[in-house]
Amino acid sequence: MFIGRVIGEVVSTVHHDAMNGRKLLIVERLDPDGTSLDETILAVDSVQAGRGDTVLVVDEGGSAALVTGLDNPPIRTVIVGVIDSIDVEE
Amino acid sequence: MHLARVIGTVWATAKVDSLTGKRMLVVQPLTHLLEERGTPLVAVDTVSAAPGQLVYFVKSREAAKALSPTFNPADAAIVGIVDHVTVGGESIFPKE
Repeated sequence: MFIGRVIGEVVSTVHHDAMNGRKLLIVERLDPDGTSLDETILAVDSVQAGRGDTVLVVDEGGSAALVTGLDNPPIRTVIVGVIDSIDVEE
Repeated sequence: MHLARVIGTVWATAKVDSLTGKRMLVVQPLTHLLEERGTPLVAVDTVSAAPGQLVYFVKSREAAKALSPTFNPADAAIVGIVDHVTVGGESIFPKE
């Protein structure tokens, strides 16, 4: 899993069935200390994350199937948590 | 998943059976600000996207799951056509 920040959203009405009713957020990858890694990815939300939230993202198909409850969805990047705080030893 | 623009189409009559009847489009991956990033690739189309359209695609093993039967060699699949992209509350697409 990796840490990211929700910076935007993608709206799409014509899409694969697996995406029905799912929110697609733009997530910027972060270093644990919060600095941007200058890379963004689209992730399906499953925890009602909003813009500005620091989130936990999984990027693997099996977990995406588990979280979305779908059988073999064409999805691999899913937001699985909204992070309250991160403590990293210096 | 990543944003991309459809820039072309690929026809290949001689191909593995599991790709028969599947539309293959050339897409240019984009950043969230719609800047080109990385090299164009070929993705199977599951939403009847057309050249010029902004789409999003999934890569690797999950791409094959966008098709049926799911046992196929596709490693990139377009799974949605984009209507809006907002970043930081600002509309990036369509441009106002």
